Order: sequence, then structure tokens, then C-alpha cells
Amino acid sequence: MNQESIINYTIHLADNALIMGHRNSEWCGHGPILEQDIALSNISLDLIGQARNYYQYAATVIGNNTTEDSLAYLRDAGDFKNCLLVEQPNGDWAQTILKQFFFSVYQYYLYQQLQYNNDDQLKAIAIKSLKEVTYHVRWSSEWVIRLGDGTEESKTRLLKALDELWMFTGELFEPASYELNMNVDFDLLKEEWTKKIQSVFEEATIAMPAKNNWHQSGGKKGKHSEHLGYILAEMQFVQRAYPNSAW
Amino acid sequence: MINLIAMITEENISIKKVYSILEAVTDPEVPVLSIIDLGIVKDVLLNDDEIEVIITPTYSGCPAMDFIKVNIRMVLLQEGYQKIKVTQVLSPAWTTDWMTEQGKEKLKAYGIAPPNSAQSVCTPDSFQKEEAIQCPRCNSYHTHLISQFGSTACKALYQCLDCKEPFDYFKCH
Repeated sequence: MNQESIINYTIHLADNALIMGHRNSEWCGHGPILEQDIALSNISLDLIGQARNYYQYAATVIGNNTTEDSLAYLRDAGDFKNCLLVEQPNGDWAQTILKQFFFSVYQYYLYQQLQYNNDDQLKAIAIKSLKEVTYHVRWSSEWVIRLGDGTEESKTRLLKALDELWMFTGELFEPASYELNMNVDFDLLKEEWTKKIQSVFEEATIAMPAKNNWHQSGGKKGKHSEHLGYILAEMQFVQRAYPNSAW
Repeated sequence: MINLIAMITEENISIKKVYSILEAVTDPEVPVLSIIDLGIVKDVLLNDDEIEVIITPTYSGCPAMDFIKVNIRMVLLQEGYQKIKVTQVLSPAWTTDWMTEQGKEKLKAYGIAPPNSAQSVCTPDSFQKEEAIQCPRCNSYHTHLISQFGSTACKALYQCLDCKEPFDYFKCH
């Protein structure tokens, strides 16, 4: 593992967690019921905390006065390495839930591998985060089952969400150059992810999409959908308008 | 040799004193718990004339950590320590097993169910059998989970089916 890969890989993990966390925070105060509003805000907090741990580590490796804040607030869309899935709009409750479910299961099996990584800090963050992600997987899969095996309306919405989101899941298992030497077994990751998705879908009485269909990609290399620009415009506004402001 | 033993003893005494001072730093979200009760103080070191306090966060996104760091500095400054360093480490990852028995009693008296000593639900499987959580008010085990996520990252929301009171449970982690 060379230093450049470690930096890029750490920033990739951070960007995934930050953008997913920021998207979830858009639900704060808008959840369908109080308990679920609080659940999403809690998941947001966990993800933004994980992002901070990764940014802090990347900043230490980069040096030159780089900070977690400069990495989060002063980079433009082309520098962000998050996968396309996390920047997709929240849509309705079904789309938010399904996005969280796909992502949490991905994080769960990825961190299962990273907890044995030979980079001590990546290992420590994975072990810590895994406890939190376990709760996210449970919460989101229970909702997928409720919606899929619920009413005609909830099932229709979940299927529509599946149609919108499935094309972004392939990118998770298509390693970018900086992911190649990080001792992650992508075939195993894909196998475990697919198995979990399949078993929850079975319980939710919905069918898995056909195998080997076309997928979107590019996010990990900095080629994003138009949605990321809007997220950054909102998230980075204060630092752009009032540079170096602190409170 | 005798001097060396004397030095070590002296060092132990002052480290013990730092721990007792740190009892005054509480979790801003659960003010009955000190950071010692929570088990987030991992070590106190004397580096020449500098005191180093090593802490670990409960959850990755715990918003109380920055506040706790400032307060550690404050209480030590008040006691006359001048060179203070607070270091945050992530490994080994915090667990509710590190919470003191005294801390668990304080939680219960405050109306929050303390974490069970052994976690029975720690897998990602959906719709698992719920953990048996004791109501902190009437001691009934006849309670049910309302939400895995509560008012802070470390708590879940329960309700007692006997006395009908809703309550927070400091979940196993």
C-alpha cells in the first residue's frame, strides 16, 4: 500500500460516509413519525462521525496544514470520490430506505474485511464503525421488509425505488485504481452483499433484478451526477461565503 | 534504587489524583455520569511536567467529545496543572462493558435503564427477539422496544407495559 493509495482510499471512504450522512440529515424534522425522524438523524450522526475519523486520518497523512474541514468544505465535485449511490436524491420514504439498505449492507461487509486491514488506523475506524453499521443494517432491512410485504401502495413505491437505484449498486464492486491494493476482496464483498440483499428481498416478497445488467459508474473517479453539485453548494456555503470562519 | 521507588510512588499518587479530578467531568448528555463512569478515559500519563489524558469516543459521531475535551482541560487548569494534553484514540473500540457498576446504578436512579451486562442482540438480522430490559422505574421486565434509536446515539427507546412509562435504555455496544 503506497501513501497515495492510502490517502485516496481514505478520502473515498470518508466521502461515501459524509455524502450519505448529509443526505440523511435532509430528513431531520421531516420524518413520517418522530421515532423514524430520530432514527435517520442518529444514522446521519454515525456516518458523519465516521467521515470525520477518515478525514482526520487523511489530513494527518497528507500534512501541509490539511484539516478535516478543508477536505470536507474546500474541495469541488470533481475531487469527491464517493460512489454515485449515496448522492442520489432521497425521493420518498421507500427510496430513502432502499438507498440506506444497499449502502449499509455494503459498509457492513466492507468493514468486516477492513477490521483485519494492515493499516492500523483504517482497521481501528472499521472496528469502531462496524458496531454502528450493524444497527443501520437491522433498521433498514426491517423497513424494506415492512414496505415490500406491506400494502399495495408501499410495495409499488419500493419497486419504483428499486428501479431508480439498482443501476447504482454495480459501482460498489467495481474497484477504482486506489482500491486495488488495499487488501479488499471485491468478489467476496459482492457475493456477501448479494446474498444479504437476496435474503431480505425474499422476506419482503420482491424479486431480485436480473443479473449482469448494465450499471452506472464514475463517482469513485470524480465523475458525478448533477446532484452532488447541489449537495456541496448547500453543505459548503458558509465556508465559501465566509472563508475560514469558525464557531 | 530507593529514590527510584519513591519516584514511582509519587507518580502513582499524582496519577490517582488526576483520576479523582476527572470525576468532575460529566457527559453533557447524561449529566449523572462522569467520564470515568462511562469508561472513556483510557489512560493518564505523566510526561515530565505534562499531563496527558487519553480518551476514546463512545460512538464515532458523539457530539459531546469536543465539549468533554474542553472540560478536561478546564478542571485540570483549575487544580493548577498547566501543561495538559488530551489525546483521542479509536482503538480498542469503546464498549458498554467499560461502564462502571457505580455508573450503572447512577443511570438507573436517573431513570435510564443501564446496559445489560451481556448483549443478546448484536447481529444485523432483522426482527430479532427483543432483549429483556428492566424498567428503571418499577423494575418490571414486561417492557417493549419502541425504537432502536433514541434521544442520543447511545440510547434506544422503550416502554414499560406495566407502569406504562416510556424510558431510555443505554444500549449495549
